[in-house]
Amino acid sequence: MSVDTPQWRRFNRRERLGRFLATLLALVVFVGSWEYLDMGVTNLADTPRHITDLIVRMYPPDVAYTGQIIDPLIETVHIAAIGTVMAMMLSLPVAVLAAKNTTPNAATYWLGKLLVTVSRSVNIIVWALIFVVMFGPGALAGIIAVGVRSMGFLGKLLAEEIEEIDFGQVEAVRAAGAPPAAVFLYGVVPQIKPAVAGLAVYRWDINVRGASILGFVGAGGIGVQLFTAVDSFAWRTVAMILIAILAVVLVSEWLSAYTRRLVR
Amino acid sequence: MFGRRGLKWAVYAGVFGFLVWSAWGLRVSPTRFVEGLGYGRVLLGQMLPPSADSAGIARIVDKLGESIAMAMVATVTGIVLSVPVAFMAAENISPRPLYYANRGLISLSRALHGLIVAIIAVKAVGIGPLAGIVAITFKTIGFFSKLLAEDIEDIDMGGVKAARAAGASPIQTLLYGVVPQIVPRFVGLTVYRWDINIRQSTVIGIVGAGGIGTLLLRAFERYDYAYVAAILSAIIAVVLVAEGVSALVRRRYQ
Repeated sequence: MSVDTPQWRRFNRRERLGRFLATLLALVVFVGSWEYLDMGVTNLADTPRHITDLIVRMYPPDVAYTGQIIDPLIETVHIAAIGTVMAMMLSLPVAVLAAKNTTPNAATYWLGKLLVTVSRSVNIIVWALIFVVMFGPGALAGIIAVGVRSMGFLGKLLAEEIEEIDFGQVEAVRAAGAPPAAVFLYGVVPQIKPAVAGLAVYRWDINVRGASILGFVGAGGIGVQLFTAVDSFAWRTVAMILIAILAVVLVSEWLSAYTRRLVR
Repeated sequence: MFGRRGLKWAVYAGVFGFLVWSAWGLRVSPTRFVEGLGYGRVLLGQMLPPSADSAGIARIVDKLGESIAMAMVATVTGIVLSVPVAFMAAENISPRPLYYANRGLISLSRALHGLIVAIIAVKAVGIGPLAGIVAITFKTIGFFSKLLAEDIEDIDMGGVKAARAAGASPIQTLLYGVVPQIVPRFVGLTVYRWDINIRQSTVIGIVGAGGIGTLLLRAFERYDYAYVAAILSAIIAVVLVAEGVSALVRRRYQ
């Protein structure tokens, strides 16, 4: 007579099936995409060797080049800063339009949403391409690319912030007979001020990272030097530039985190 | 020394001073700005309405497919590589030297913009989608490992101790003590990163790493702005769909 030995299983039947299907889906997607790209597996075997080869050639970094990258590096940080200021000025009206409780009517609400969506969905490098066509190569195109790309980010988050304000204060200011501009300035702004400061500093930090590549399409900053160095296979110079970018990004990240703690 | 109020004004003054320095350092010419705005109107006139002939549309579909396929492959490879990195970068279960090495790798990956990684990958493995996959994979590792490592650091160590006390080997401890606690977040993070990767894969072609970015750059170089507008519309549509799918899945699983 056989005894039913209960066997311990970690998952029940449904969980096992779910896991199996998820793994299968990942595999199908992976293999399908790989087939679509039509790359085969031959050039894949060499990939790790190519990458290590490149890293070996980057050592030691060309320290003598430091003098030439300080100015473009400072320009990069400046582009990020002025671009963020521009984004703040653009995003406040957009946020008012895109917030349900402050927008005048449905049409303006959708206009605000549209501005936010278009700004956010287009990458900073694509904005830079467009503005280089308009304003010519240089930092100006970079600033505007940073500003326009950040407008959607700040506009979206500020609109969410405005939607959560206490509307009683706005009504109070309005009841006292304030014109619309004053209603905004004294009813809404004081309530979102900490959020504005925190978000602006946060976006500035992201923008420093973004500004490091604007030079690839001629929009100023350290990207110009990096692009030239990579294009001429000067790998030791590339290494030095990467270290410099790394340092600036880490410092601004720390500064941004510190300031945000301060305003909170 | 200052007190709260003094510190506040010191910060304001510091920020203001920095911005003045920035504005002075860049010395943007107002006339160029105004001229640029004028030219912007012309440009917008050339972009609208977006147009593409049937061959152009076929190219958009083909290259957009390449972008999406790149993002899919890189999401899978990136996450497969992220899991060991995340375990080694979690303070509570990883030995010190390993912890610092992997935190360093994560910082490096996060600090460098995707396009910088892409431009280097193009030189390393050649122009084409493989470079894009390498670049997006590297960026995925930084993002995914960091968030996953934070989740691992937040787990209830009781489960780990229980597994260990029952005589589990180190691998079994991870499998039965740690993994069950992070699986729910894993799905959400995967979809979130997939969404970001779709965005990235549509632009890294600008530096030659495959996908629709190459097409976009060529259209710019030919001054074919109506086609540029068509490509941009297609990119925005794909990005919005990916964002929608990602938000939907994350709402269901978290």
